[in-house]
Amino acid sequence: MAEKKGKKKDPKEWRLEIDAERCKGCGFCVEFCPKETLAMSDGFNSKGYHPPVVAAPDTCTYCDMCEMVCPEFAIYATSETHKKDAHLSDEYVRMDRMPHIWCPGCGIGTVVNCLTKALIDAGIDRDKTQIVSGIGCSGRVAGYVNVDSYHTAHGRAIPFATGLALGAPDQKVIVVSGDGDLTAIGGNHFFHAARRNANLTVICINNFIYGMTGGQVAPTTPETAIAITTPYGAFDQPFNIPFIADSCGADYVSRWTTYHVRHLQNSIKAAIQKDGFSVVEAISPCPTLYGRRNKLGDGLDMMKFYKEAAVRMKKAKHTTADAAIGYQNQILIGNFIDRERPSLVKSMDESLKAKIGDKYVGWPEPI
Amino acid sequence: MKADPKRVLTGNHFINGNHSATEGAIAAGCTFAAGYPITPSTEIVERIAARFPRVGGVFIQMEDEIASSICLQGGAWAGHKSMTVTSGPGFSLMMEHIGLAAITELPCVFINVQRTGPSTGLPTKVGQADMMQARWGSHGDYEVIALAPSSPQDCFDFTIDCFNLAEEYRTPVFLMSDEMVGHMTEKVVIPEADQIDLLERKFYTGPKPYLPYKPEANGIPLMSKAGMGHHYHITGLTHDDRGYPVLTKEVQETMMERLMGKINDNREKLMRVEEYMMEDADIVLVSYGISFRMAYKAMEMAREKGMKVGLLRMITCWPFPESKIREIAQKVNSMIMVELNYGQMYIEMDRFANAYCKTGLVGSPCGEVHEPEEIFAGIQEIAK
Amino acid sequence: MTTQEVRLGGFGGQGVILAGMILGRAKSIFEDKFATLTQDFGPEARGGAASCAVILSDDPILYPNVFTPDVLLAMSQGAFDKYIGGLKKGGILVIEEDLVNVKEVDPSITIFKCPATRFAEEIGRKIVLNIVMYGFLVAVTGLLSEETARKGVEASIPKGTEKLNFAAFEKGYQYGIEQKAKTG
Repeated sequence: MAEKKGKKKDPKEWRLEIDAERCKGCGFCVEFCPKETLAMSDGFNSKGYHPPVVAAPDTCTYCDMCEMVCPEFAIYATSETHKKDAHLSDEYVRMDRMPHIWCPGCGIGTVVNCLTKALIDAGIDRDKTQIVSGIGCSGRVAGYVNVDSYHTAHGRAIPFATGLALGAPDQKVIVVSGDGDLTAIGGNHFFHAARRNANLTVICINNFIYGMTGGQVAPTTPETAIAITTPYGAFDQPFNIPFIADSCGADYVSRWTTYHVRHLQNSIKAAIQKDGFSVVEAISPCPTLYGRRNKLGDGLDMMKFYKEAAVRMKKAKHTTADAAIGYQNQILIGNFIDRERPSLVKSMDESLKAKIGDKYVGWPEPI
Repeated sequence: MKADPKRVLTGNHFINGNHSATEGAIAAGCTFAAGYPITPSTEIVERIAARFPRVGGVFIQMEDEIASSICLQGGAWAGHKSMTVTSGPGFSLMMEHIGLAAITELPCVFINVQRTGPSTGLPTKVGQADMMQARWGSHGDYEVIALAPSSPQDCFDFTIDCFNLAEEYRTPVFLMSDEMVGHMTEKVVIPEADQIDLLERKFYTGPKPYLPYKPEANGIPLMSKAGMGHHYHITGLTHDDRGYPVLTKEVQETMMERLMGKINDNREKLMRVEEYMMEDADIVLVSYGISFRMAYKAMEMAREKGMKVGLLRMITCWPFPESKIREIAQKVNSMIMVELNYGQMYIEMDRFANAYCKTGLVGSPCGEVHEPEEIFAGIQEIAK
Repeated sequence: MTTQEVRLGGFGGQGVILAGMILGRAKSIFEDKFATLTQDFGPEARGGAASCAVILSDDPILYPNVFTPDVLLAMSQGAFDKYIGGLKKGGILVIEEDLVNVKEVDPSITIFKCPATRFAEEIGRKIVLNIVMYGFLVAVTGLLSEETARKGVEASIPKGTEKLNFAAFEKGYQYGIEQKAKTG
């Protein structure tokens, strides 16, 4: 159960557990702890990273910022009183597959935490949750979440998920994939799923680059940024994902960064509660290929930049058209669109019912 | 189990091959189809769109064949018998997802109403030049099952067979139809539902954890579907019994041995051929699909001229009936493949026959079926 | 003769394909014999021209194409011009009298003419001109018995249009019998 807002947690009832072996030393937990409870240790874990230590336990308010932001599922609060003995994502993540393949300072694991927390908060039955990914670093999410999961073909998570959602309308179908997968090779499917208002939630993890293949330019790479296939700087206009989703007709569109874990979690929760097509863009650091090549520092530096560069959108002032991202420029964040159009399943079903009448046999049961 | 009477249009019909294939799919229990318009296959999805809401089934016209060929896989994991339908250029676009269906061992049916290529070619004319593409089109090694209908009646019967084979072997199965068969109208006899045997999907119902790729004694794992609570993982990466990606040669070997083996070990069982006038034949025509009919006519012409010509019809083209070809080759002087391409199944036939007898091809640039006289001339030439 | 080949051609909208379908359906289903219908598809089948070919046989049909039909039904000048050259010697030519101007044809060919469009207009709906023509065709050629020809119509038309379509069939069939008697 989520704690009521404003109710202070009793530090005596809680303690922080750190799985030092899972840690890749990104430093997110130490940097973003609001109470400076944590510090980096001097010692190494077996992989040569400095895991955090609880330096000032009395200051901890158990806000779970560290637990959410840690992309490695390596730090978490436990409490006998509150019957919590594992990571908040424990049930939802295949912990037997840890450590995952993502680099130190990558934000994909953070997005997974936001997703699992959102699923728990929304009260979605784990047996009724389907996660579909394409190919790439973000495409590996499906492999780590402990629900029915599908790691499909490059760019094709959305049409696969459309089939799944049409075939099993009682299931909550969520696509988690990267910017290249969803808007380059899979771009056409993205547009059409939004147009149809397919019964899907799409979480697009945007790191501005092709990670798995080694740092090539993406449709989201900001102009002038260096990628391995634009060694002199990107020269074409990137996609503004919220704008595309909005103009194609998505029911729900929001954007946050991996620094904004609570907002991200809340938006994912709102997204999965929509019947139609909902899109959450999560800006996430790729220190290995985007950060390093553009001399933006490590994952932590990129997270700090998100904190500074993020500008909350204001309904009166901004539309999705303003959400374009320039190189190291402001990042407009917030919930852009929340509307109700009939979803694909609903419009198909109702249209057939209206036109065919008694002869319409209804939605088919799976075998 | 038997077909559902509500889904079977029992009676005698005068319909074309495409409509007949649609009725076959409906009778077979297909409840999910995704497609994209393309000549000459479109009548199938048109009829599906009209019939599904009245018999039960979801049809969606996707944005392209790439989307159709993977949308149907989402539908299949949702627990439906699923299919897509296409022709030449669309089939080319579907290739990657045929590989995905093969490696994830997903029962599904692809109907290819073959036209003429390469590229856009002759969209409204007959061809049989996608036969090798059906076998080898997606990258990597995999085995497929492909049946070739020669008439609208076959379209009904073989589509049902395709769905049953897909369930039995957990694999994509192809109905390799063609423009002539698809657009030709003939009598189609649709039997009573209780005369149609269907193979149902075998789901895992044992204790957890469910291992999605742990084979049963027959080498084929049991299925699950969305929402059964198994929390399975399905991936196009090389995977172990758990479905988890393991990128090693050893796991690749275990997976591939089983993937190839489940079809290869059943080649004899899967082989379906028909033999005509073979008893005394010293020249044997081999054909399939629409070309079989022309080859039969040519055989009759040759027999009238006193030539001892027989005919082998391949119903299953993949896996290739290699044992039958070998057996015949040892008894005859020559074997001649009759097909509407520059020699695709001929390559296979030659591979198994040329050690024993002369082989030849009556091929075609496609566009029209062979004139029986043309085949007869080919027989005389090759048998010289 | 156990096999007869028929080519039907006209404008799009005249219902020539349906006429061919009825012919094939009647033969294969109501006479329990064999029929194969093929038609032109694609760009050449758009833009106004429509044509199909039906093979009727007592035996299974293997070769589906028709190049030299025994019977040509031409409901437009275009169809006549395009297909007359293929009509077999001694074959039967059936035309829509008002729409086709018969130029020189081989003297072995028997010609039957029917003003099907005018008859259909008299019956009340121009749309049934194909059924008039179909009735006329089976009467002059004897491709089907009257009974199975009628069953073919019954099985091929929308419910509620029986009266109109049977009237069209009767008109064409009777006129065909008369014309055939005249020809001897």
